[in-house]
Amino acid sequence: MLQDSDRIFRNLYGQYDRSLAGAKARGLWDGTADLIKRGHDAIVDEIKDSGLRGRGGAGFPTGLKWSFMPKEVKDRPHYLVVNADESEPGTCKDREIMRHDPHTLIEGCLVSSFAMRANACYIYIRGEYIREREALQVAIDECYDAGLLGKNAAGSGWDFDLYLTHGAGAYICGEETALIESLEGKKGMPRLKPPFPAGVGLYGCPTTVNNVESIAVAPTILRRGSDWFKSFGRENNAGTKIFAISGHVERPCVVEEAMSISLRELIDRHCGGVRGGWDNLKAVIPGGSSVPCLPKSTCDETILDFDYLREQRSGLGTAAVIVMDQSTDMVKAIWRLAKFYKHESCGQCTPCREGTGWMMRVLERMVTGDAEIEEIDHLLDVTKQVEGHTICALGDAAAWPIQGLIRHFRDEIEDRIKVRKTGRVSAVAAE
Amino acid sequence: MSTRRLAQRQPESFTFSPDNLAWAQGQIGKFPEGRQASAVIPLLWRAQEQEGWLSRPAIEEVAKMLDMPFIRALEVATFYFMFKLSPVGSVAHIELCGTTPCMLCGSEALVEVAKRKINTKPFELSPDGKFSWEEVECLGACSNAPMIQIGSDYFEDLTPESFEALLEALARGEQPTPGPQNGRFASEPLGGLTSLTEGEKKHAANASVELASGAAEAPRAISGGAPGFEKRG
Repeated sequence: MLQDSDRIFRNLYGQYDRSLAGAKARGLWDGTADLIKRGHDAIVDEIKDSGLRGRGGAGFPTGLKWSFMPKEVKDRPHYLVVNADESEPGTCKDREIMRHDPHTLIEGCLVSSFAMRANACYIYIRGEYIREREALQVAIDECYDAGLLGKNAAGSGWDFDLYLTHGAGAYICGEETALIESLEGKKGMPRLKPPFPAGVGLYGCPTTVNNVESIAVAPTILRRGSDWFKSFGRENNAGTKIFAISGHVERPCVVEEAMSISLRELIDRHCGGVRGGWDNLKAVIPGGSSVPCLPKSTCDETILDFDYLREQRSGLGTAAVIVMDQSTDMVKAIWRLAKFYKHESCGQCTPCREGTGWMMRVLERMVTGDAEIEEIDHLLDVTKQVEGHTICALGDAAAWPIQGLIRHFRDEIEDRIKVRKTGRVSAVAAE
Repeated sequence: MSTRRLAQRQPESFTFSPDNLAWAQGQIGKFPEGRQASAVIPLLWRAQEQEGWLSRPAIEEVAKMLDMPFIRALEVATFYFMFKLSPVGSVAHIELCGTTPCMLCGSEALVEVAKRKINTKPFELSPDGKFSWEEVECLGACSNAPMIQIGSDYFEDLTPESFEALLEALARGEQPTPGPQNGRFASEPLGGLTSLTEGEKKHAANASVELASGAAEAPRAISGGAPGFEKRG
């Protein structure tokens, strides 16, 4: 089990001193200038060596992403953009960082911007997080007043400005190029890649977009060393991770744990177990709404990291664990996600704009059993036609939960259709 | 995707209050020269905070301030779901999260309460004009499900009973305390910490609740911040 002394976020629940003084007492902003004196490339190399993979869902190696930025600043300035548009259903971890432990993020913005030769950073927070935005701004103001931001930030010799701005309710703005569009004052519609943001990003300048948690863990990794960070989790899945557990557990919570923790240990240790006991479990969505669900039969052995869950044809995503017990109507649970994606599709690509609505409507009929058995394969086929045929990953994200439903709970859909047709309740439906 | 159109009945004009105008200049200053359009969302949002909803004259005014064609600002206003394009309840517009994590924890029962106490239809006003409601997508507080947003604040860990009591308190003109409604501090496990157990407890409420209690306005009117907020624009 992860010890408190190895937790990066020591004030995740905000009960301890949230001010700059409190953050310093917990070891933040300690020798920041010395970290920066190591040099741009040394910082990137240390993060690369730590094995940190992006915490926003895709799990791309953070240090490698940083290394894509040009090695010298030419005619265009470099930008770091922090993706704080946390909107993936099930995910509520960055909120806790920003409102309760904001100095982890602010210090992270400084060192990672320096590493990428950026003198300015924008944090783009979702519009609904209004109090969280205020809390973060209070912390930013504190840092300016203390000389930790601005000219010669933290005495490092690096000039650095940190700006906080916000969205207004659009899930798609969590996609990095849609976020950049939104930050430029437009509709959040994803851009075609290439060019990638590291070449042409915000205002046409070299830009890296990182998740809040990825940036917030960087200073601690630099201070304690990549070997310390690698000592948690399996190989290629290094570090500690904030998990957000929701749904049918006794005590839902957000908690930082070691990567590769077993699902059962996470739920039993921190959430008081599944409601009604482990055997009352029906399925788990392990990484936010975009990843396919896992049935109880695989949950017994499941460990939570990128590679293991990928092998299970699911994913760690944002480590938002949505737990569903035996009382759950799986078809309805996934239909509600389909409704979410239909609502949030930006409408730019036809397969997604039309497909998300089509899939939602078919699933809506399947919830009541008012469908044909053949339509299950038809639905699966349509998910395959949406998947991989859109500019951004929203199309994939809309397809995968439905594919997971059909893969693992096909009998539940079939049974409901049969019941509707014959009026008889079979053994499965009577459970 | 949803179709979102401007309200048929529109006010004659819109003007930012002097405070909000000064604040808007600060927002514009966050962005490089010639990139002032980047401030469009914050400015539209401030206009909505001031008026309670976003009118056509307000969108026109913001477009003018940012030197944007009206259509570009209109696109933004209709694209982002938080912009309310027609008037909402004068006391509170209830945004109920209905996405799967909240649904699993009982958000449908909250919708039933809203239908009974406010209006059977979303976006329609209650008979006294004080309340309206809608079902929104995931608000990112899933470990505190089910939850709602009113103005700037989240009310979390709700039950149909506590939600109904909340509506009644608002109707009486009270300002209920936001945050978890079941005795939790924030998103820790209810009833006892399983991590981060050592330290001197410093605050009476979590950051969101503390900031809400520092704001003098009624719940619907969105304050834009605690004292000293956004010194640097």
